[in-house]
Amino acid sequence: MNAKKYLQDNVTFIFLLILAVLFLAPILIVFMNSFKGRFFISDTPFALPDTQTFVGITNYFSGIAKTGFIQAFGYSLFITVFSVATIVLFTSMTAWCITRVKSKVSSFLFYLLVFSMIVPFQMVMFTMSKMANIMRLDNPVGIIVIYLGFGAGLSVFIFSGFIKGIPHEIEEAARIDGCNPIQTFFLVVFPILKPIYITVAILNTMWIWNDYLLPYLVIGSNYRTIPIAVQYLQGGYGSRDMGAMMSMLVLAIVPIVIFYLTCQKYIIEGVVAGAVKG
Amino acid sequence: MVLHIASHFAEQEDPVQNMPKKYYAFFTLPTLIAFVISFLVPFLLGIYLSFTKFTTVTDSHWVGVGNYIRAFSEDKDFLNASIFTVKFAVVSVVLINVLAFSLALLLTRKIKGTNVFRTVFFMPNLIGGIVLGYIWQLLINGVLINFGVDITYSANYGFWGLVVLMNWQMAGYMMVIYIAGIQAISTELIEAAEIDGANSWQILKNITIPLVMPSFTICTFLTVTNSFKLFDQNLALTAGAPGKASSMLALDIFNTFYGRNGYEGVGQAKAVIFFLFVAAIVLLQLRFSRSQEVEN
Repeated sequence: MNAKKYLQDNVTFIFLLILAVLFLAPILIVFMNSFKGRFFISDTPFALPDTQTFVGITNYFSGIAKTGFIQAFGYSLFITVFSVATIVLFTSMTAWCITRVKSKVSSFLFYLLVFSMIVPFQMVMFTMSKMANIMRLDNPVGIIVIYLGFGAGLSVFIFSGFIKGIPHEIEEAARIDGCNPIQTFFLVVFPILKPIYITVAILNTMWIWNDYLLPYLVIGSNYRTIPIAVQYLQGGYGSRDMGAMMSMLVLAIVPIVIFYLTCQKYIIEGVVAGAVKG
Repeated sequence: MVLHIASHFAEQEDPVQNMPKKYYAFFTLPTLIAFVISFLVPFLLGIYLSFTKFTTVTDSHWVGVGNYIRAFSEDKDFLNASIFTVKFAVVSVVLINVLAFSLALLLTRKIKGTNVFRTVFFMPNLIGGIVLGYIWQLLINGVLINFGVDITYSANYGFWGLVVLMNWQMAGYMMVIYIAGIQAISTELIEAAEIDGANSWQILKNITIPLVMPSFTICTFLTVTNSFKLFDQNLALTAGAPGKASSMLALDIFNTFYGRNGYEGVGQAKAVIFFLFVAAIVLLQLRFSRSQEVEN
């Protein structure tokens, strides 16, 4: 019996090892091609660079120059960090308020926010980008307001589910000690929300950092985030610089991999919690 | 998600403090103003504009259901995109869930390296759709060039390319949800079955699978909605080529809006239909999980 289990485990291990290599292969192949000359990529993507095809990091220079990657990285970082911070702060306040104050208005707002989660982006993309344009929100600061509006549904929903599980007595005690609702929220409730605001922050970070269509429509003509910069390289048919493309793909993946490896525990837990509760 | 909506107001709680109105505004207004600007007004305006001919939001005149008829009558694009999307959703939902569940079973057997494998399988999920699309375009074209064609040669290549891409992206994500479900099953239950002489297939069929049904509901929901709303990957991998044959619904709507002048109303009408489509699926799913809750 033990020998059988030992054999089974080893077979499973080898099978998973092969699968893991297959899962990593696409990224490694792109990485390898980023060091090859632009004309040696499309035809033979699986060949290792040799003395004829190896071009060092030239592709990275041309890719960065063509797309304005440095600025794109800056815009992506700015928009993601501030939008996520804004979403976490304001949606947790809203969720606490409409969960604790039971009224028809509260449940109406809750259902309205939940409803927005099932509306596909294409339904509002045209009118929303016009609104953003008219209200002068078509810049990296204004887009934070748009993200707050779009992120509100899921975030309020997740916060609200968690807040219902917090005993009222803690907030009652704070009130008796003389806290007004603002003090109660920031001094007592918000610290308790820590596990769930990490979840909300991670889910929103993954969404906003990778989002393409919304920033493309709202700010894309003046400001390129990383996904817009990558798509920008596509250009017209035939004119695409595959070398620059490979280097951009690598540069787009590296920050994500670093983020993932440093906060892996929170990310996987957050995603599971978000899916199960959301 | 669906389970949670259903139960949200089912449980009654003690009435809590009456918050003065000014505080209510302080807590809710920032979110609500942003919500009204970026979602509510565009949504209502979108429904209205779908019944008008317009080029900008301020310049529109009523045409009734004309746009809805034109969405189907002028060309077969929307119909083709719907068929492509439904086919894609069915195939990818089945394959992703089978792959993800199998990986979850293998990774809950306490073999060495489990954590590393989990990390690797989950990673593609964090990469954005545009980047994923170009990665797979390179790989698929690299294989197809040996046959003298590329991914834009046939819509079938685009279809299976997207299926492979989505499996790569989502299998790890669904896997971690299944792992959480499997780990929640009490070991005593499985030990009891083993003592009773059940083999591993019987344990899988009669204990593990029934008890991971909640995870299954969540994963189906996520894969169905993600497959239906797919846009970035579709745009980057084939951009609908050849012609518009591999366009999914979201991409077709985008192209109707921004691809040609005078079709904004038609694009908006298609978007409303798309919204009703997605909403219907969500409601069906909600009803399904509710009926399951009753059974449990």
